[in-house]
Amino acid sequence: MKKRWLCLFVENEVGVLARISGLFSGKSYNLNSLTVGTTEDETISRMTIGLYSDDTTFEQIKKQINRVVEVIKVIDYTDLPTHSKELMYLKVLKCSEAEKTEVFRFAQVYGVSVLDFNKDSILLECVRSEKENDKLIKLLRARVNSPIEIARGGSVAIEALQ
Amino acid sequence: MEISGAELFVKALKEEQVEILFGYPGGQAIDLFDALYGKNEIEVILPRHEQGLIHAADGYARSTGKTGVCLVTSGPGATNLVTGIATANYDSVPLVCFTGQVATSLIGNDAFQEVDIVGITRNICKYSVTVRDRKDLGEIIKKAFYIARTGKPGVVVVDLPKDIQRALGDDTYPETVALRGYKPGSTVHEGQIKKAIGVLAQAKRPLLLIGGGVNIAQGQKEMKQLVESTGIPVVTTIMGKGAIPTGHPLYIGNIGIHGSYAANRAISGCDVLLSIGTRFNDRITGKTDTFAKDITLIHIDIDPASISRNVKVDIPIVADARKAIELLMQKTSRLDCEAWLCEITGWKEAYPLKRKKEGLTPQRIIEQINHSFQNSVVVTDVGQNQLWTTQFLELDENRMMLTSGGLGTMGYGFPAALGAKLGNPNKDVIAICGDGGMQMNLQEMATAVVQELAVIVCIFNNGHLGNVRQWQQLFYQKHYSSTCLRYRKQCKAQCRNPGSSCPPYIPDFVKLAESYGASGIRVTRPEEIEAAFQIARRNRFVPTVIEFMIAPEENVLPIVPPGSPLTEMIMDSEMEEVIL
Ligand SMILES: Cc1ncc(C[n+]2csc(CCOP(=O)(O)OP(=O)(O)O)c2C)c(N)n1
Ligand SMILES: [Mg+2]
Repeated sequence: MKKRWLCLFVENEVGVLARISGLFSGKSYNLNSLTVGTTEDETISRMTIGLYSDDTTFEQIKKQINRVVEVIKVIDYTDLPTHSKELMYLKVLKCSEAEKTEVFRFAQVYGVSVLDFNKDSILLECVRSEKENDKLIKLLRARVNSPIEIARGGSVAIEALQ
Repeated sequence: MEISGAELFVKALKEEQVEILFGYPGGQAIDLFDALYGKNEIEVILPRHEQGLIHAADGYARSTGKTGVCLVTSGPGATNLVTGIATANYDSVPLVCFTGQVATSLIGNDAFQEVDIVGITRNICKYSVTVRDRKDLGEIIKKAFYIARTGKPGVVVVDLPKDIQRALGDDTYPETVALRGYKPGSTVHEGQIKKAIGVLAQAKRPLLLIGGGVNIAQGQKEMKQLVESTGIPVVTTIMGKGAIPTGHPLYIGNIGIHGSYAANRAISGCDVLLSIGTRFNDRITGKTDTFAKDITLIHIDIDPASISRNVKVDIPIVADARKAIELLMQKTSRLDCEAWLCEITGWKEAYPLKRKKEGLTPQRIIEQINHSFQNSVVVTDVGQNQLWTTQFLELDENRMMLTSGGLGTMGYGFPAALGAKLGNPNKDVIAICGDGGMQMNLQEMATAVVQELAVIVCIFNNGHLGNVRQWQQLFYQKHYSSTCLRYRKQCKAQCRNPGSSCPPYIPDFVKLAESYGASGIRVTRPEEIEAAFQIARRNRFVPTVIEFMIAPEENVLPIVPPGSPLTEMIMDSEMEEVIL
């Protein structure tokens, strides 16, 4: 099992997202994250899919996706030089004064932006790679016991310049 | 000129040369039916249930190579198509299914007879789409036909909301389609073909495995030439049977869990396997990790996703079967495999599929069909009746077999035979059904009678859901759980001895046929088989139902037990296991 990334260009039509996600659920492929958005061409959407799988299953997944009529192009990003970022919000709740100070310090050291705070909560925003976001959550959890509400957007990726 | 959506729909059908449409009307399709009214170029067939309808379209498509077209209303009309869509798509049958839909303004409101048929069928068809704008209608229909019949053929669902059917718009039907995401490949990788030929030339025990892809690509003639020019012996899957004449000296038989001893032995003993147009599903491989283990496997398929999926392939070739065969033929020469052929002949003689048995056996009935119906289409249902047919029916250029191989849909055979007869009025069309499956689309007897479709329906009545009963007998300690169709309230629970003292069978198929105005014959002894077929033949304008009263516990043999490799077969019901 290995982490893989796929970039899909698909027709910007009703039902295409359902077709792709339905393929994953219908065939029991595991899907980690899927993002979709518009592109420079308004008739084309772009998806970034993150998944774990072994080599054989991954080959099969690529073929199955390619088979979908609305899929224009599939690129395997797993071993390509790419940039990829994920938007993540962290809402730290029910903080004591000491915990709040700790969260502010955390934000400063790791360069995470503080969007807002009130008497016992702090809202953080970070745009990092998925892996870095994983790490930030771990680090923050190690520092405070407060409950944390997490909203992650899934990765968006693009090939690096040559 | 401005015309309605419904009128453009009819125009599109004409441009696509649709001669027969299988339709069942309803509120959301009434405009389409109105547009068809009085248009003599398109014959509209009204079956009695939408499931029967789509199987009929499927049988029409499989037996003619044309695209089958269905038209039904929204909601229940559309959901009744679902099994048929999966059945056809699984076996790569080109169908375009038009479903009426509530008006676009009502979609999403849980309107009367609204279902999301595009959503429901998304995972069981090749492409499905709702027309949301009248101006896209022509292009979408054009796309639908193109997608259904090209590449690996399949089912396309086009959902037509009522307001789109009524809206006026452009009357042009496009001549070409542009689909940037769908490019059915037509080139064959010559380098891979060369590699394959190199490997074949070295083979001592080469074997050809033919799947349904060769029949779909209509590559039978080329296939036979390739076999004859190379001298490679042939095994087939159920769907591939008939790709070369079954009487051909190089033909061994079907492989798989009900394959012949010689065929299974050959595939387990070959050194190079050239397989064309099969996806190696579990019914043909048995236990996959031991299947064709130490051999060089060349796999030709039009669908990249079928290659290296269930078994590991050494030389993959993505190509249309016929094109690949043509290329192979230009470049291969005769292989020397005399010793190998002798070995195979030995296996064939040691354990022939055909055996001498007393009484009214399925084998005898099918042998009579072989004898009496030279120019015919034989359509099977699912179960033992199907498996016996795939074992004993002889196929060549003039006799073809249709069967639901991928989905294994009971209730397929009879309506599909009606479609086949509509497409082949000059051939004898024979449906072979079980007593269980026959009751799943029995209502189509009315269609057969009113359309004067003189199909011959052979019901193999064993009083059971025989295929399941056989498994219960062999692998579930004879627990005949819910498989006896003679069961009545008075029967003792857990009966294991079905026989002559069982309650009478319901329904009386002969009377039933007669009540529809069809002809009904019951055959209880082997001497009556031929005469029954003669009578059936004389019925030129009505269907004939022949009920064959076969033994209740007749089995399909040999069989590979679940989870076993192909090399372990049970040869007869006394569980004599032959381990090769
Ligand atoms: C629609 C459907 N339901 C259930 C099954 C499972 N099944 C496969 S074969 C079979 C028995 C069929 O009995 P019958 O039609 O009498 O044929 P026989 O095997 O006796 O020839 C059943 C229940 C199926 N294939 N299709
Ligand atoms: Mg039966």
